[in-house]
Amino acid sequence: MQFDIDIRKTLRSGQRSFHLNAQLRSDSSRIVIIGPSGSGKSLTLKAVAGLIEPDSGHIRVGGNTLFDARSGIDLAAQARNVAYLFQDYALFPHLNVRQNVGFGLARGWFNPRNSASHAAVDYWLDAFHLAAVAHQFPCELSGGQRQRVALARALVSRPQALLLDEPFAALDPALRVIMRSELDALQRRLQVPMILITHDPEDARVFGDQVLQLREGAIEIGAVALETAALAA
Amino acid sequence: MDAAWTALLLSLKVAGWATVINLVLGIAVGYALARLRFPGRDLLDTLLTLPMVMPPTVLGYYLLVLMGRRSWLGAWLYDNFGINMIFTWQGAVIAAAIVAFPLVFKPARAAFEAGDGQLEQAARVLGIGEIGIFFRVTLPLAWRGILAGVLLAFARALGEFGATLMVAGSIPGKTQTLSIAVYEAVQAGQDGVANTLVLITSAVCIVVLLAAGRLAPGRIVNR
Repeated sequence: MQFDIDIRKTLRSGQRSFHLNAQLRSDSSRIVIIGPSGSGKSLTLKAVAGLIEPDSGHIRVGGNTLFDARSGIDLAAQARNVAYLFQDYALFPHLNVRQNVGFGLARGWFNPRNSASHAAVDYWLDAFHLAAVAHQFPCELSGGQRQRVALARALVSRPQALLLDEPFAALDPALRVIMRSELDALQRRLQVPMILITHDPEDARVFGDQVLQLREGAIEIGAVALETAALAA
Repeated sequence: MDAAWTALLLSLKVAGWATVINLVLGIAVGYALARLRFPGRDLLDTLLTLPMVMPPTVLGYYLLVLMGRRSWLGAWLYDNFGINMIFTWQGAVIAAAIVAFPLVFKPARAAFEAGDGQLEQAARVLGIGEIGIFFRVTLPLAWRGILAGVLLAFARALGEFGATLMVAGSIPGKTQTLSIAVYEAVQAGQDGVANTLVLITSAVCIVVLLAAGRLAPGRIVNR
């Protein structure tokens, strides 16, 4: 089982409360969760990454238990070895491209030096055509370059899964098409299991071997949707 | 003339040590107030801000009472370590540090509160421990805000008068800082000495402000 997620989480803010109830079991390595904003997509993804703790349930990725409320397992985000691509990329503004990509490889209390060379970093800078901008800062990059930096940073430590939070929402439409096919090719080449959350049906069409809909905190349509989505492509 | 340079060096030494102490404590307290929820947080913030509004002589008096040989703290320090804070340059450091402290921890708190939690989450997912995140993400991003406060605090410590005079007195060559030396010179009618001291003080302040402009470069670090 590639992904086995079954979590519940209740959030309260003043009088309003939000219940997340997400179940997902799949052997597919390309899963798209689609739903309107506020439906709990990001919450689900953050729970998998270990950035929020569900109230109950379990999360297993590739056979590894990351979280299990019953047996008290709750791996720290640092120990889960999953990559998370934030919607606006969350690049470190004080570090250049090379330092951003190598960030996770340098453990300890200090950031990588701004010209520190690392084979894996060089590989990904080349693979994403970022070598020419390696010494520039995130604010000097185009939208597409920023996303490539974020992807390189996520992939450089060989994660066991890739979690993508609205990866194309911040891009203009023309660039969106290009980056979508880039990510598509990349995922097929690396065979890294991924969960992509989006509100854009086009993302589901391209990536969804399995498409799940999330509405008001609950997953509505399960594996059924995958055939139709795939056929529509 | 030599006395003027002695006073200047002493002032720089006192302000320098006070700034080092404030840098460490200001960052720690600013971070704790910005990120931790604990009872008495607002009260602590208020108490630590007091030196900004209270007369320095009042602070100096508190310090005298607290650190004097007859207080429990002063007696304990003296009996166990042979440390006597009163009428020493170390006492002047403590006085200057306390007076300037709000100028460091207030901006530090604001800078930490303005921090982007998502960047810390990104670092967490990339496998970096919490201490590493503080030194590699949180602190560098808050640094410019903190630095501005630290430079102001240095200037404030350099000009400290009231609390320092109360705690450390005015012993030439030992605790007589520049600002106290100016006062003594005027009191003694030594206008020439006073003129020299005032000119030196002004020059030092201009240098500090120029350095402040240099140390906080306008590099673009915004996303």
